Amino acid sequence: MQTQLSEILREAKEQLKQAKTDRETEELRVKLLGKKGQLTGILRSMGSLGPEERKALGKAANSVRAEIEELLEEKFAALKEKQKELRFKVERIDVTEPGRQIPLGSKHPITVTIEEISRVFMSMGYSIAEGPEVETVYFNFDALNAGPNHPSRDLSDTFYITDDILLRTQTSPVQARTLLKQAPPIKIISPGRCFRCDTPDATHSPMFHQVEGLLVDEGVSMSDLKGTLDYFAKQLFGSDLQTKFRPHFFPFTEPSAEMDVSCFKCKGKGCRVCKGSGWIEILGCGMVHPNVLAVGGIDTERYTGFAFGMGVERIAMLKYGIDDIRLFYENDMRFIGQFK
Amino acid sequence: MLVFREWLNEYTDVTIDSDQFCERMVMSGSNIETADRYGEGIKNIVVGKILNLEKHPDADKLLVCMLDVGQDEPVQIVTGATNVFVGAFVPVILHGGRLPNGQIIKKGKLRGVESFGMLCSAKELGYEDKVIPTAHKDGIWILDRDYTLGQDIVEALELAGEVVDFEITPNRPDCLSMIGMARETAATFKGSLRYPDSNCKKEKGQAQDYIDVQINKPELCNRYVARVITDVKIGPSPWWLQKRLMYAGMRPINNMVDITNYVMLEYGQPLHAFDIQNIKGNKIIVDTAKDGEVFITLDGTERKLFEGMLLIKDQERPVAIAGVMGGLNSEIQQDTTTIIIESANFNGDSIRTTSKKLGLRTEASSRFEKGIDSNLAEVAADRVCRLAELLEAGTVVGGRVDSYPIQREVKPVAVRANRVNQVLGTNIPQSEMEDIFTRLEMKVDSKDGIMLVSPPTIRQDLELEVDFIEEAARMFGYDQMPVTIPKGNNQSQKSEALILRDMTREALVGMGASEIQTYSFVSPKGLDQIKIAEDSQMRDGIRLINPLGEENSMMRTSLLPNMLEVLERNFSRNIPAVKAFEIGNIFLNIEGELGLPIEKEGLCIACYGEEQSFFTLKGMVDEMLFKVGIRDLQYVSEMSLETYHPGRCAKIYYQEKELGIIGELHPDVSEQYNIDTRVYCCTLDFQKVVELADRERHYVPLPKYPAMSRDIALLVDEEIKVADIEAIIKYKASPLLESVVLFDVYRGKQIPQSQKSVAFSLTYRAIDRTLTDEEVVEVHDRVLLELKEKLNAALREI
Repeated sequence: MQTQLSEILREAKEQLKQAKTDRETEELRVKLLGKKGQLTGILRSMGSLGPEERKALGKAANSVRAEIEELLEEKFAALKEKQKELRFKVERIDVTEPGRQIPLGSKHPITVTIEEISRVFMSMGYSIAEGPEVETVYFNFDALNAGPNHPSRDLSDTFYITDDILLRTQTSPVQARTLLKQAPPIKIISPGRCFRCDTPDATHSPMFHQVEGLLVDEGVSMSDLKGTLDYFAKQLFGSDLQTKFRPHFFPFTEPSAEMDVSCFKCKGKGCRVCKGSGWIEILGCGMVHPNVLAVGGIDTERYTGFAFGMGVERIAMLKYGIDDIRLFYENDMRFIGQFK
Repeated sequence: MLVFREWLNEYTDVTIDSDQFCERMVMSGSNIETADRYGEGIKNIVVGKILNLEKHPDADKLLVCMLDVGQDEPVQIVTGATNVFVGAFVPVILHGGRLPNGQIIKKGKLRGVESFGMLCSAKELGYEDKVIPTAHKDGIWILDRDYTLGQDIVEALELAGEVVDFEITPNRPDCLSMIGMARETAATFKGSLRYPDSNCKKEKGQAQDYIDVQINKPELCNRYVARVITDVKIGPSPWWLQKRLMYAGMRPINNMVDITNYVMLEYGQPLHAFDIQNIKGNKIIVDTAKDGEVFITLDGTERKLFEGMLLIKDQERPVAIAGVMGGLNSEIQQDTTTIIIESANFNGDSIRTTSKKLGLRTEASSRFEKGIDSNLAEVAADRVCRLAELLEAGTVVGGRVDSYPIQREVKPVAVRANRVNQVLGTNIPQSEMEDIFTRLEMKVDSKDGIMLVSPPTIRQDLELEVDFIEEAARMFGYDQMPVTIPKGNNQSQKSEALILRDMTREALVGMGASEIQTYSFVSPKGLDQIKIAEDSQMRDGIRLINPLGEENSMMRTSLLPNMLEVLERNFSRNIPAVKAFEIGNIFLNIEGELGLPIEKEGLCIACYGEEQSFFTLKGMVDEMLFKVGIRDLQYVSEMSLETYHPGRCAKIYYQEKELGIIGELHPDVSEQYNIDTRVYCCTLDFQKVVELADRERHYVPLPKYPAMSRDIALLVDEEIKVADIEAIIKYKASPLLESVVLFDVYRGKQIPQSQKSVAFSLTYRAIDRTLTDEEVVEVHDRVLLELKEKLNAALREI
């Protein structure tokens, strides 16, 4: 019987080697270890043996069983591994095929630009204020110290609804509205639409956007204005950029300035973008004129402030290299889609 | 303001190179548009004299010239010019020479005759048409006198020079003059300022004997100075003066006109000359016009005058429209012998109104509009006389008739040194401020840190302390100021509307829609195109008085027409699918605060393309509103709007409030916009969305007990709405029902006509226990029974 056991084990080893599939292996398992299997047969026939012999044979049979079980386990594992290998081979894909997109839309580049500008100023503690597109002559001009004969009041420059109502030509009326409504400290920016009588061409649009800024508090100086806008420009265009403040004139600020930034395209060497000068004009600014503060009943001795305003289209055009302002209002999806 | 630097140096000595000059002028407040050089790039253009002229043997329109160009032999040149004559001195470009535009001229044959160069016009030498003297505007430049033959033209005429174009801001009309710019230059470079000579050396007689002046409207004419010049000899001005005018952008005319223009450019004071023969009664009366009066200006145009326009009259009639243009009836002629020089100060607002009403803007009127110092009148008139004397254009009559009813006074302004530094954030010593003010020709009287500053009368823009702070700032240098960050701490705030606008954008962009921005003003025809009813409130839009055109004449009352135009544009550009949205204001003709119209924020979403349907758009709208806390919307079928497909349109309600409209565009409307595919749009009242939005979120515990699902398919009549079925299910199955989801709608063979099969998946769950089969069956049967009773819905096997 010992020889029989050895024979079973030998055969089992031989057959397992031959087995190619899970099924063949399973059949083998049944044949060897099943209820009617060879090993079970031998154990059953042990009844006729004496106790000593039975004990020895039982031990040998169990050891053979254990060995076969281990072999089976190994076999099953090997087969599984092989199947996986096969599956991976079959399921191989060409990863260079295009992905199936779930397309995002895009915000309008004007929105994107306003958001970027707002983010910088909000990080400095500015709140966002808004005003109407249809505005009174008072807030658009009078309250902003623009004389009754200021040329921008002309019908050739400004769209009118009535003699007293117009489409705002700047976001600055929000300044006046805020000064009336709120006591210092005031720290706001105001993005929005503006309108001027310009026939559309590559650089003009009858509707455009501005972001206005206003800070009124005790002890605000022109140096603070420089610092604030210098920080803003560096945040928006890059920290290696330089700013330059030139004297200018606006009715609602004094002293007034225009801010140039060093050309971010050529780094100030002179190129087409900066028209060879190395500098690009970005915004107008200045210390709020006491006449404007007085509109809001603010004590002009105690409080000073600064204001600034920038054209969003202009900044977007410079930032993205857009050469025609009309593209913003054509809304070609191939254009908008570039600002995802 | 064109400033010829050679001319500028008459008044101040600043010889610094161009780049530095420009940079420092900009930094002290005189912004520069351009800086150009004349007389550059020219090679081998010399002075020549025409010795002989013959007709070209083979060409009627050509002449063969023999010229002396200072060489041993005369040079032969063929020309087509018609203004040349024997003895004329002309610029000649010789073989191999170069014009300022870079063109090289070579010898050649013209119709068989050799030509060794070209005679030049002023235009070819780099001058604009509008500054070239009329005499040789269309021909060869005939030089004003004899020059050394063969001499380089740039040397002979001293053409080389730099012209800087300054941008003059409206607050600085004083800078619209050479002396004004010289004052700025001198102050910037700490140089000195020299005034021109305005004292005549020889005068004859007294002006009072020739003319009398009477101002009837002193509020419109502050001052009137008249001077007289006799024995006037009209002729060309010398080249140096012509050149200065040309470089300043003006055309030389004749000596008297040129002198008045020269002095106008020098001082900024407009001047006018009358022929005394035409001043009836030898009296000038400054008075206003009557309505309907007619007057012919010296450009030959008959002009209808209005009441209140300021006129210069003689004893009988008007002779000029004050400060705008002279009359044809008093113009200086070639044979004029005695002239009156008018140097007056007219009210800027009055001149502006007149100029606007007449549609006539002149160099003089635009200067008066901006405001002129009345103290200039006297010195400018004197300077004209001095130049007339210098140029031997006439004999100056002594004295002046000067009517100056309201004297202009300058009050000193108190400027506190510490306030200057406080506003600027600087530490400028008071002595430096005083120096700056003095450089700008102000008088400073200091005491205890307060400077009493009197600006020159020409500076009418300086009235408040802050005006002087600006003067100090710009001369100190903006670039010299520190760079600091404001103290004080504020928290930034955003309105709820802004936050919701941002959220909405994020949601829509996330679902693949792109944002558009369109004009707030539209064509009223857009409402026709989208078939808005004639009596709709949308038709009552706000109109602009002065629109660019009909297409931009009305403030929009709907976002839809703009949106459809954008879709049309994209469709026509073969973009196969578009999902777009706009958030923007619409304008209602309802008087709100301050008499302004009501502005309401709207949202428009639209799409076209293969994968789009009413339901994809509806899904997008639901999801977007879900994000802002507006959930469980009601969609009520709407068939009366002509904009939409009558079977595919709904009004959207939330808590009984109408939020907007969604639908498939009516095919007739799509056709209006040439969009040959189905278009789906939704317009929402975004203001209402903002009011109803709820950004609060509360955690609901995750279920602890299992759910039980039951799928049902119901056979119902076609007109039964899914929403009705759902409502019954929700009502009857509550509170055990967790959700009901429609998963199929079927119409077809197995279903009777005019009926449909709708399939729902119902999920039941209790929060506190595992539901038993019996419990669910009981509820579920109740649901089915109710559906049967209310909607005659039969259960279908699935």
